[in-house]
Amino acid sequence: MLLAVLLPFIIAIFIPFLSKWKEKFHTGIVATIVPLLIFIYFGSFLGRGFEPVMRTYNWIPSLDMNMVFHLDGLSLLFVLLISGIGTLVALYSVYYLHTTEKLGHFYVYFLIFMGSMLGVVLSDNIYVLYSFWEFTSLSSFLLIGYWNHKHASRYGALKSMLITVFGGLSLLGSLVFMHMITGTSSIQQMISDKEAILNNEFFPLILALLLLGAFTKSAQFPFHIWLPDAMEAPTPVSAYLHSATMVKAGLFLVARFSPMMSASEWYFIIVSSFGIITLCWGSYMAVRQTDLKGILAFSTISQLGMIMAMLGFGTKIAIFAAMFHILNHATFKGSLFMVAGIVDHETGTRDIRKLGGLMNYLPMTATLAMIGIFSMAGFPLPFLNGFYSKEMFFKATLDLSAQEGIAAFLTNAIPYLAVFGSIFTFVYSMYFFFGTFRGKSNIDELPKKPHEAPVGMLISPAVLILLVVIIGLFPSLINETFIEHAASAVYGGDAAKEIYFWHGFNLPLIMSLTVIAFGTILALTISRWRTVYNFVPGILSMNKVYDFTVDKSVVYSSKVTKGYMNGSLALYMKLILVAIVGVSFTFFFLTGGFALDLSQLATVTTIELIVAVTMTVAAFGTIFTHNRITAILILGVVGYGLSMLFIIYRAPDLALTQLIVETVTVALFLLVFYHLPDLGKRGEARSTKIMNWIISAGFGLLITTVAISAHSSKWFDVISSYFVDNSYKLGGGDNIVNVILVDMRGLDTLFEIAVLGLAAMAIYSLIKIKNKKEE
Amino acid sequence: MEIIMSVLAGILFMTGVYNLLQKQLLRIVIGTALVSHGAHLTILTMGRLKDGAPPILTEGVENYTDPLPQALILTSIVISFGVTSLLLVLAYRAAQINHTDNMEQLRGNDYE
Repeated sequence: MLLAVLLPFIIAIFIPFLSKWKEKFHTGIVATIVPLLIFIYFGSFLGRGFEPVMRTYNWIPSLDMNMVFHLDGLSLLFVLLISGIGTLVALYSVYYLHTTEKLGHFYVYFLIFMGSMLGVVLSDNIYVLYSFWEFTSLSSFLLIGYWNHKHASRYGALKSMLITVFGGLSLLGSLVFMHMITGTSSIQQMISDKEAILNNEFFPLILALLLLGAFTKSAQFPFHIWLPDAMEAPTPVSAYLHSATMVKAGLFLVARFSPMMSASEWYFIIVSSFGIITLCWGSYMAVRQTDLKGILAFSTISQLGMIMAMLGFGTKIAIFAAMFHILNHATFKGSLFMVAGIVDHETGTRDIRKLGGLMNYLPMTATLAMIGIFSMAGFPLPFLNGFYSKEMFFKATLDLSAQEGIAAFLTNAIPYLAVFGSIFTFVYSMYFFFGTFRGKSNIDELPKKPHEAPVGMLISPAVLILLVVIIGLFPSLINETFIEHAASAVYGGDAAKEIYFWHGFNLPLIMSLTVIAFGTILALTISRWRTVYNFVPGILSMNKVYDFTVDKSVVYSSKVTKGYMNGSLALYMKLILVAIVGVSFTFFFLTGGFALDLSQLATVTTIELIVAVTMTVAAFGTIFTHNRITAILILGVVGYGLSMLFIIYRAPDLALTQLIVETVTVALFLLVFYHLPDLGKRGEARSTKIMNWIISAGFGLLITTVAISAHSSKWFDVISSYFVDNSYKLGGGDNIVNVILVDMRGLDTLFEIAVLGLAAMAIYSLIKIKNKKEE
Repeated sequence: MEIIMSVLAGILFMTGVYNLLQKQLLRIVIGTALVSHGAHLTILTMGRLKDGAPPILTEGVENYTDPLPQALILTSIVISFGVTSLLLVLAYRAAQINHTDNMEQLRGNDYE
């Protein structure tokens, strides 16, 4: 199973090499074979007697991060969708993307996405799940921005990235919380320990963060705004990521955790209300779109809302319908995206206002579109799978039991909202089909003369439409093999359901018929309602909020950055120093680190005092003198003073070294200073001067405080006795300092010599190097 | 005595940092030298001062000053010598090529 998940990643490594021969051998063919193999592998698990499988591969056991793959009904449904739709989309893309495109890039991103998506739905370890989750966001970003010469692509890519990664981070927060409460990083173990999480005082926060992650990924209102802009991606990507798989990762997450969370009333309230609002908003907004893919994008948003709402209901029938609809939506929406791609490919435009009457030119495409559209609209025909799940959805909305408070209000409102949303679903479906394929044709105004798409492009949508019909005709075939298992995995018990076409003349059917009646009227008179559709949104647009936030944060951050990154090194230095002093003193204060121990001080002698005073005077002298030689010489005074202190403090080696180094340094200064301009007046403002004094005094005070505290507090035993004891025994020398340097820490000294050598080479080349202007 | 030495180290750092914040390259080099002096003194002070004989094994002496800080400082003196020399030559070349030693005028190019 590990190989199946990693296969796309492994193949992705070789894609750039294969794409060298893309003229003769379309890279997409490899990308078609990979998901096909994965599909066959996971398909072998299918069957009535399916049992969940758990495989563990150690990765970082010490951090409790292992590749634990848990294949239950829910995962199986998703892996088959990912690999199955993946195969068809890759095949479609072979015909859609011309070999002049950067195929290497495309299929690398494509395979990375596929592998990560498999990882998301199979991982039982929360951290592995999270890593794969972010990988899907990343590959989605790359795929949306595939045509990166277009501004809209870059804008859409950034938008989806910012929103989904924001959600991803909050998801991580929620997962970490759950890990801390339960002490395990396995989702299944967390579910079995759900009482601990449900009763925790942070449960509302955990729920909110988790749902934020799911809602942003699954484009729920008001986070849906990234999905329409993501339509800038090549159509195969839209069909695959932004309709069939990635956007369903949010649904998957909610479904995965629903055995744990659904006991909470707030879970029902939040998930179903967000879902139902998204359903209505998405379908209503879809009607005013003019771009074919725009219609499909809002349609996807609304359908995702519908599934989300059903997951929120949490009843047996709702969960079953949700699983069923995840499959159905992937079939019809995937094919419709491919149809939109064909229309775009053959006519050169996706603007529905320019299109019309294409049925005569693209008969095959139109037939496929018709079946897909009517399935999506939930038209009551016995061979359309969309009708079954829509009918179940209506039934699920009616089955909700009334409680008190907000929940009771919701249970009453949901059936009406469901019908409202479905009416517009019907309207935009009809608009999509009749606007494109029927009506007056104005072929001459199209950028290209349309003719039927190549057979290769039709295969994939045709397979999906065939699935629509097969599921529609023989629902129990798909039901018993895996929808049942998926629903049971989410519901946490036996969730088997029979799927019938005819339930009798009951309320759900009346709801369906209402939808069709109103939908037909609104669709026929669509042009009269244009002003209404275009009027309402715009004021409420979340896009404006997003644009405002992003624009302003760019403007302000560049202002702030330019404010302190002005090129003045002195300013950078000051900022760093102020930060060091501020942070250190704060910690001193907070931890009570200051210590003063006067008991073990060495005696004060006159000579030391004289040296110390001399050094102080000399140190200040370097600041106040305006003469170069004076400054250098009094710097020498400080150095020689220090070597005297070394003598007094019984460090003969240090004193010797310091004497030699100081002499050489002063000589070097005297050699160089001649070439430097005189120090002269500084001409700084008084305020700068005072500021500099404050900063340097603060830093000096910090050092004094640290030195005194370090001296006064002994946290550890002195380790030097080791050196004293072993200097002669191991190093064979009486001078302990020397033995430490050349023997015990010999490598250190070796590197010290290397540093000096480097400095010497740098100095030599700096002096020898010729300025270009000088030559 | 340790208190006085700590204060002296603080003063060395203070004057060193003040010099570092100046515009002239020569002052900046002087500042680095002062800061390294201060650092050496701090390390020495953190141990005990005058607490035993110089760390050279002698017959009959049991108590030696801590040799470890001394070894560290010795390494550091040599390294700071390298740093100071490199900075000096760098300052010399920079002043020679740009005809100024004013840091406010040495701000790199416009493409940053």
